Amino acid sequence: MSGEQKAESRTLLTPFNLIAGIILIAGLIVTVIRFTKGLSSVTNLSDYNPWGIWIGFDLMVGVALAAGGYVTSAAVYLFGMKKFHSAVRPAILTGFLGYFFVVVALNYDLGQPWRLPYPFIVGWGTTSLLFEVGLCVALYLTVLFLEFSPAALEWLGYSKTRKLAGRLTIVLTIFGVVLSTLHQSSLGALFLIAPSKLHPLWYSPYLPVYFFVSSIVAGLSMVILEGTLSHKFFHHSMDKTYLGEHDPLTLGFGRAAALVLAGYFTIKMVGLAAGNHWDLLTTPYGLWYLVEVIGFVLIPCLLYTVGVRDRNLTLIRFTSVLAVAGIILNRLNVSVIAFNWHLPFSERYVPSFQEVVITVFMVTLIILSFRFIVTRMPIFHEHPDYKDSH
Amino acid sequence: MDIFYTLQDYLLHSESIVYIIMGLSLPGILMFWLFLTGRDNEDLK
Repeated sequence: MSGEQKAESRTLLTPFNLIAGIILIAGLIVTVIRFTKGLSSVTNLSDYNPWGIWIGFDLMVGVALAAGGYVTSAAVYLFGMKKFHSAVRPAILTGFLGYFFVVVALNYDLGQPWRLPYPFIVGWGTTSLLFEVGLCVALYLTVLFLEFSPAALEWLGYSKTRKLAGRLTIVLTIFGVVLSTLHQSSLGALFLIAPSKLHPLWYSPYLPVYFFVSSIVAGLSMVILEGTLSHKFFHHSMDKTYLGEHDPLTLGFGRAAALVLAGYFTIKMVGLAAGNHWDLLTTPYGLWYLVEVIGFVLIPCLLYTVGVRDRNLTLIRFTSVLAVAGIILNRLNVSVIAFNWHLPFSERYVPSFQEVVITVFMVTLIILSFRFIVTRMPIFHEHPDYKDSH
Repeated sequence: MDIFYTLQDYLLHSESIVYIIMGLSLPGILMFWLFLTGRDNEDLK
């Protein structure tokens, strides 16, 4: 065995790869059981609780955290913030992988997954919100694929097709923003049909607005968080432009996140006042609501503000973790924790071990795909043949 | 909690608070933005 081969075999046996390998094996085993023995063999879902963490986390959280794609491309291509240009490709890639694995995870949750395209080819359920969400996600996944394609085409060396894909940037960005506005809000609107099941502190006629506004916070915070982690693990594949734009990007997105969080907190208070639910704040669910709204909305808003004013990038990066955790908590509260809140505990939904395994499996697949792509394609650096061509 | 005997009473109470919050939030958000961007001319440390 040559020295190079030895080095390669050593690097493959890292703690990360070992843990990822174990998760992949466990995930594949549960996948086989799920698709051969049915949903009931691996999930705790029931008629009371037809949506578990595969919807609450994999879909609701996945779509929210993938919002960085439309937020960043809109900032750069529509609002003209060219100084954040180097963040577009990583953000689009994160969004594309996020949405792709949302659709993959959705196949696990559907009793008959082969019927996934039925709404588009068998019957157009145009009065259904789920139809609108499905159509938007399908179209937006296509848009994200096309937005991501220039990087893949540069890597593959297809220069003519790359040129054509580059011309579509503005049109695709506009499509992306329109489609994201529609389905991010519609995911919240799905719960408008269940006012008696969702706790009054989380149920509000403004749920679509909450979901859309918080998705902007999720997108901004995820770009900061993903940039921080990428900076640590993929520093070697970043060029001077990316490294130079990294700190101003953290500061700029931190400022935007602080402002949007302030607006989000305000509309949360408006919803609370409109429902006149102040008396519920002293109940156990009320205290949990306060943990979410104060601990994961108001405090991140203040920390972002302090970080931006003091030019404290470490604080902004720390706050992005808190804000992302807040979005995860909010989506889980709406779809799982505060859903069916009135039922006795024995009837409540608690995810099974296998459901958790599949969720961790999906997150691991996203991370591994991200690593595979950024170590090969021009994501954190410009391809030498296409400098300044996008 | 106050007891409301008519929908009119309930809406008058809850909507009044909504309008107060909205009225305060408009200048509040503006002042927050000015505070947030107050040191923008300084260079990065």
